[in-house]
Amino acid sequence: MDNTVIDYDKVLSQRIKNIKPSGIRKYFDIAESMEGVISLGVGEPDFKTPWVARREAVRVLEKGKTTYTANAGLMTLREECAKYFRRTIGVNYDPASEVVITVGGSEGIDLTIRSMISDGDEVLIVEPCFVCYDPIVSLCGGVPVAIETKAEDDFRLTAEELREKITERTKLLVLPYPNNPTGAIMKKEDLEEIAKVLRGTDIMVLSDEIYSELTYSGEHVSISSLEGMRERTVVINGFSKAFAMTGWRLGIAAGPKEVISQMLKLHQYAIMSSPTVSQYAAITALRECGDDVRKMREEYDMRRRYIVDAFNKLGLSCFTPMGAFYVFPCIKSTGLTSGEFCEKLVYSKKVAVVPGSAFGKCGEGFIRVSYAYSLSHLMEAVKRIGEFLKELDNDR
Amino acid sequence: MDKLIELLKTNARLSDPELAVMLGRSEEQVAKDIRELEERGVIRGYSAIVDEAAYDPDLVTALIELKVTPQSQSGYDEIAATIAAFEQVESVRLMSGAYDILVSVTGSNIREVSRFVAENLAAIDAVQSTTTHFLLKSYKVNGLTIGFEDKDERGWITP
Repeated sequence: MDNTVIDYDKVLSQRIKNIKPSGIRKYFDIAESMEGVISLGVGEPDFKTPWVARREAVRVLEKGKTTYTANAGLMTLREECAKYFRRTIGVNYDPASEVVITVGGSEGIDLTIRSMISDGDEVLIVEPCFVCYDPIVSLCGGVPVAIETKAEDDFRLTAEELREKITERTKLLVLPYPNNPTGAIMKKEDLEEIAKVLRGTDIMVLSDEIYSELTYSGEHVSISSLEGMRERTVVINGFSKAFAMTGWRLGIAAGPKEVISQMLKLHQYAIMSSPTVSQYAAITALRECGDDVRKMREEYDMRRRYIVDAFNKLGLSCFTPMGAFYVFPCIKSTGLTSGEFCEKLVYSKKVAVVPGSAFGKCGEGFIRVSYAYSLSHLMEAVKRIGEFLKELDNDR
Repeated sequence: MDKLIELLKTNARLSDPELAVMLGRSEEQVAKDIRELEERGVIRGYSAIVDEAAYDPDLVTALIELKVTPQSQSGYDEIAATIAAFEQVESVRLMSGAYDILVSVTGSNIREVSRFVAENLAAIDAVQSTTTHFLLKSYKVNGLTIGFEDKDERGWITP
């Protein structure tokens, strides 16, 4: 018998094998294989972390603060987070029992789903959306149920669509606003309609508010701030988008202590505690970087107005996003699928964008364009996309 | 600073319609705002940001510190005006600190710039001394990084 042979197919979990690899990998590989590609495909800020936060990280490293922190995170940071939630969404959380500092918003999402979902539980996922909810639900044995939003509703979730999908097995609603990839937001009156459906039920909400600081019309509203909803909501936020701290891997989960205490158990066993240096930098970010956040938001806002106008002028109708840093133009007029569009675009004009279909079935017919790029970069990309559309037209 | 000025400082070729979209103002308003800034003398002109080393590697730029004797009536203004009148001179600034006036000069080679300093600047009566610094390399000009690649390390596509 050959001792070196092992049947990995038998070893690996069926659930993990069932998970499809990310749909964007293919486009990444194409872009990487070519010279001179300009990308509009990245989901993270182009800004550097504000200097004072970076300096604080250097300072604590010099002082040798390199041990674990409390499992839930540094108490001072949790207190700052609680203050942050109070001033931004008007909700009070007890820093000692209702806030966990996670490894990015991603871990917060993972903890929330894994703490609630077991075999057969249904999770309503508002699509198009970020790519991680569905696989995590499936890993837990849960059943992901997509709720498709539409361009004509400005990609908002409506009460009717929500009601239609609720069954006895529904446990959780994933509400990702401001939305990646559409840039849609939910206003207070929109959320109120959703809250009406959920009040008095045993359905929880995972409110992924990682882009909350990037809201361009009025203030961001969290569903947890509505009457009867704090009890039913886990708020996920973090430092990646607002403070341009993606690589620091730091997020926040806040919710009722009955839920947070279970999430903390998972966090404790899987992670121990979030990166210490990052946590110190985050305290500084919350205390001192409000002005940097505002400046970045203003810069994104200017790019947003430019890029929406540019796509509409190119004849790709584009709903005006009010949050995050993406636009989601419709490409159905070209007669191509979003996958074909992206592949042709990168081959012929070397511009990388992401097909809407990567974010759920209803994203088909759209492309996600990130404007986390300088204006001059955006203008060059728009020029190339314009040439591409003209050539498509000529070929027909 | 006014966002309009900020935008024009980085790219003076943005058209009024483009500026209007970016700023969320009407085209007429943008045209009016620019006209006002020009009339008030806030915007004095529009120029290209040129990487001179890329254009002509032999070009030489020097920053020259001048110590000068201020004149009884006009202080530094008249001397500054005299210096500014030379066409080789690109900028003239009154400074605080160890010297008084900072002049930048570009010429086609070192000899030309040296001769200009010796024959034109040092020869002015009020100029007590000159210290000439030749520029070796520019990394950032008018807010724009040049001379090295500011690489985007974020990869091509992420969710």
